Amino acid sequence: MNIQAAPRHTSQPTPAVGQPHTRNADACHELSIRVRDLNLWYGESQALKGLNIDLFQKNVTALIGPSGCGKSTFLRCLNRMNDLIPSVRIEGLVEMDGHDVNQVKMDEVALRRRVGMVFQKPNPFPKSIYENIAYAPRMHDLVSRKPEQDELVEKALRDAGLWEEVKDKLHQPGTSLSGGQQQRLCIARAIAVQPDVILMDEPTSALDPISTATIEDLMDRLKEQFTIITVTHNMQQAARVADYTAFFHLGEIVEYNDTKTMFSNPATKKAEDYITGRYG
Amino acid sequence: MQTDQLLSLFSGVLLLLGLIAFFLGRAKAARVRAGGTAMHAQPDQYAWFAVLATAGPAITVGAVGAFLMLLLGAEIPTLYLLAGSLVVAAIGLLVGMRQVRPDFHARKAIERVIRWILKAAALISILTTFGILISIVFEALRFFQMHSFWEFITGTVWNPGASFLAAAGRAEEGASAAQFGSVPLFAGTFMITAIAMLVAIPIGLLAAIYMAEFAPARVRTLAKPTLEVLAGIPTVVYGFFAAITVAPIIVAIANFFGLDAAFNNAVAPGIVMGIMIIPFISSLSDDVINSVPDSMRQGSLALGMTKGETIRDVVLPAALPGIISASLLAVSRALGETMIVVMAAGMRPNLTANPLEDMTTVTVRIVAALTGDLEFESAETLSAFALGLVLFAVTLSLNLVSVLMIRRFREKYRVNNL
Amino acid sequence: MSQTFDEISAQLKKRHRRSARLKWISMGALGLAGLFLLWFFSDMLGKGLPAFQQAQIQVEIDYNEDAQRMGRAALDRDVSRLVSRTFERMIPVQMRENPELLGTTETRWVLADGEVDQYLKGHRHKLNEAQQALVDELAAEGRVALKFNTTFFTTGDSKMPEASGILSAAVGTVMTMLVTLAIAFPIGVMTAVYLEEFAPDNRFTQLIEININNLAAIPSILFGLLGLAIFINFFGVPRSSPLVGGMTLALMTLPVIIIATRTALRSVPDSIRHAAFGVGCSRWQVVRDHVLPLAMPGIMTGSIIGLAQAMGETAPLIIVGMVAFIPDVSASFTEAATVLPAQVFTWAGEPEKAFVEKTAGGILVLLAILIFLNATAVILRKKFERRW
Repeated sequence: MNIQAAPRHTSQPTPAVGQPHTRNADACHELSIRVRDLNLWYGESQALKGLNIDLFQKNVTALIGPSGCGKSTFLRCLNRMNDLIPSVRIEGLVEMDGHDVNQVKMDEVALRRRVGMVFQKPNPFPKSIYENIAYAPRMHDLVSRKPEQDELVEKALRDAGLWEEVKDKLHQPGTSLSGGQQQRLCIARAIAVQPDVILMDEPTSALDPISTATIEDLMDRLKEQFTIITVTHNMQQAARVADYTAFFHLGEIVEYNDTKTMFSNPATKKAEDYITGRYG
Repeated sequence: MQTDQLLSLFSGVLLLLGLIAFFLGRAKAARVRAGGTAMHAQPDQYAWFAVLATAGPAITVGAVGAFLMLLLGAEIPTLYLLAGSLVVAAIGLLVGMRQVRPDFHARKAIERVIRWILKAAALISILTTFGILISIVFEALRFFQMHSFWEFITGTVWNPGASFLAAAGRAEEGASAAQFGSVPLFAGTFMITAIAMLVAIPIGLLAAIYMAEFAPARVRTLAKPTLEVLAGIPTVVYGFFAAITVAPIIVAIANFFGLDAAFNNAVAPGIVMGIMIIPFISSLSDDVINSVPDSMRQGSLALGMTKGETIRDVVLPAALPGIISASLLAVSRALGETMIVVMAAGMRPNLTANPLEDMTTVTVRIVAALTGDLEFESAETLSAFALGLVLFAVTLSLNLVSVLMIRRFREKYRVNNL
Repeated sequence: MSQTFDEISAQLKKRHRRSARLKWISMGALGLAGLFLLWFFSDMLGKGLPAFQQAQIQVEIDYNEDAQRMGRAALDRDVSRLVSRTFERMIPVQMRENPELLGTTETRWVLADGEVDQYLKGHRHKLNEAQQALVDELAAEGRVALKFNTTFFTTGDSKMPEASGILSAAVGTVMTMLVTLAIAFPIGVMTAVYLEEFAPDNRFTQLIEININNLAAIPSILFGLLGLAIFINFFGVPRSSPLVGGMTLALMTLPVIIIATRTALRSVPDSIRHAAFGVGCSRWQVVRDHVLPLAMPGIMTGSIIGLAQAMGETAPLIIVGMVAFIPDVSASFTEAATVLPAQVFTWAGEPEKAFVEKTAGGILVLLAILIFLNATAVILRKKFERRW
């Protein structure tokens, strides 16, 4: 850990490797994903430098930090979406359910089944609203009969808070919805395959404030079932929705802390400067 | 010969007048400017304006005169016409010189003239389309005056044999009346086109999928231009290949299975045409698949879909309008393809569903009707234009639908390079 | 609650297999297309390369009295069957021009008959057994041999395969292409300049654009109908001439040049135009002095590709009568001529087997020219490629 702690901030003892600086008493602390010494290179340039972090189940963990600090890259390590970029090289451990996900023998398709993802821009498939959701569970054999499928679609849409708005137009194309609705459709699509973890890569940055608020509420409800890891540019959003927050800077995790503590009494000078708006 | 000499004399004098206009104009402008008057344009620009004023009207008069002579048969002696244009040129020169005044916008005037010239050039492409349409429609109408349109569209016997006798005024001597039922020709055309599409669409589309989704960058940069070579080979070469190399192989294979096949069967030209069309489909489909936004693929992969499922269920449906558009263009091309079928398909109008038999196509009959020493007025010659009209209508509609589909795709994904 | 990795992986096996299958099948399709190309080129080379060699025979020519009327009399009776008839026909002509030849003899290598050529190359032939034996004997003595076929490049068409060549067709192609370029290049560039730099975005402009795209996809044979009905029948341009062929091809090439030029013009960044406007250039001056020079490599590339397309075109030329039998080379724009692809077409229709090889040889020459043109275009593009 590269915590360069100024004296003023060392009121608490330095935590164990990968653990948050301060514990949140209300949060669940069962381990979901364990990351140790994670390094990542894009060709010659190193984008992630020796990351260590324990991510907990049924929590919202927010990743914050200035642009280009590696938080999105890190998020995409968790379900191996970086595999799609040919020049990427990864070292280190990302462990989930006793498996090192970066092993060659690890099936990345199976991993993505359990670690879903919601992207910055809503990207519904060029299919109907119904098919957008039913497609993946059907392919995964989660449902076999039509009524089961209908039920699953309704449940996913209800969980995503979209059911009331779209129940009469399930067979219209997904792209006909508004931006905020499309993003909730993408969330519904992700939860329909019943993953353990949902990664969200700045899910509200392309949306208007009202849609953003809706999605934040949704994250709050979804954490009862799923582990949610979200990247955000918006610090107020992190403060509102996250249980834990990790602050990234230049490819390192500078501080990993209970969100309330992070925003009221950060352990590091750098995090404090960023949070108070001195740079970023 | 005399006309040639007159023409070169005319061009020489016109050139001379142009040069005079240039130098006089420049000299006058320079003089005016030297006198201390501020002018609206450079001396060179006045000079160019003088040249335009001299040559432009003269050439126009000459061209209009020639046009009248050719088209309306007006008897204007060439000498007078050219002399007249030269007089116009001289007047133009005088007017141009008078315009060399400080308050005249020579530059703007030149700009206007150039704009008109460019616009006229752009009109030529439109005139070409109209030219094709008019030339075909007029001759086709003459054909339909001789033979009914209904018979042409629904008749199943194409037997123009006796029509040249009719044109020579000896209709009674012909053994049978000429028949122009185009159904067998269209059946043959569609059969060969269908075979070509059976070859081209699967291979082209799959090759595009490989290039766009699986191939390493190196293979892709090599494979695409290599495939385009197939599209650059002249059709007459494909025709030879189909007739000399492929057709005997088809016959041998058919005989091996105990089937009878003609040497000018429909399969050989169909397959070769398909090979020729592969790059049309692969190239356009590759572009279309590449412009399906990556976020679609990522969305699918993030749900735990395999790459194959992502391509089949997400990428291809998204790219479908573009792929259909490419296929329609390919069909339109196959329908109008001439040399391969002229050289490898049959001449005999044959209404059959067996692709191993010889059959003929629309384009083959057009060529057959217009080669050789036939009277232009004969029904057979004119029938080529009737066939051409149908071909034009069909390919035009296919092209338009294709353009509309690709436009829809482009608007949906906001890609500009298609 | 949810499945473990092992459970999911087990379910995935079949789906992974299917995904891999798609990869292999699509790879196979690309490979198949590549194989077609390989097959095509090896077939053409195999059939066409022999055309560049031709059998020649060493004969004694006796310029006697009879040979003044009938060339065959100058040759040994048995051997005369093996000599090309074009040569035999030339003997009386030569003797008339050079009377002093009478009574002299000469030993020379001359063109052998096409059947001898086919026999030596191991193709199907019509020689009888005695003739075969004679050829074998002469070949053993070194008096019959395959030599480089200069005739192929120095003569025009002929009814005898051994005496036919591509020169008249090549000259016809050059003449036709000159006409095509002279018409299509200026009009194409001007149209593109108008559409890109001057035209307002209105109905008329859109009409022109749709029309150009459509012209590019119209079957080429319809351009032939236009040439026949309008150029020949209406304006009275001579049939079969490079002029009418070139005009017809020019209309076909026009859209290619327009589209290429527009792309080239569009790739010149607006900052150049703004800078030129900023120093007080008029629109035409901006185009002439700044935009066109920068776009020129792209325009040239597009024009060369359009030219290569036009050069391989046959169908419209057949319609305007450019598949004539042209034995003599003529460099006139208004007299009957033929072009390389049309020559290939004519030869492909000849019944004699020896013409198959000539056809393929002509095809190889045509392909070599097209490959050269396209390679030039590619090199031009690479060399002047500019990233803004």
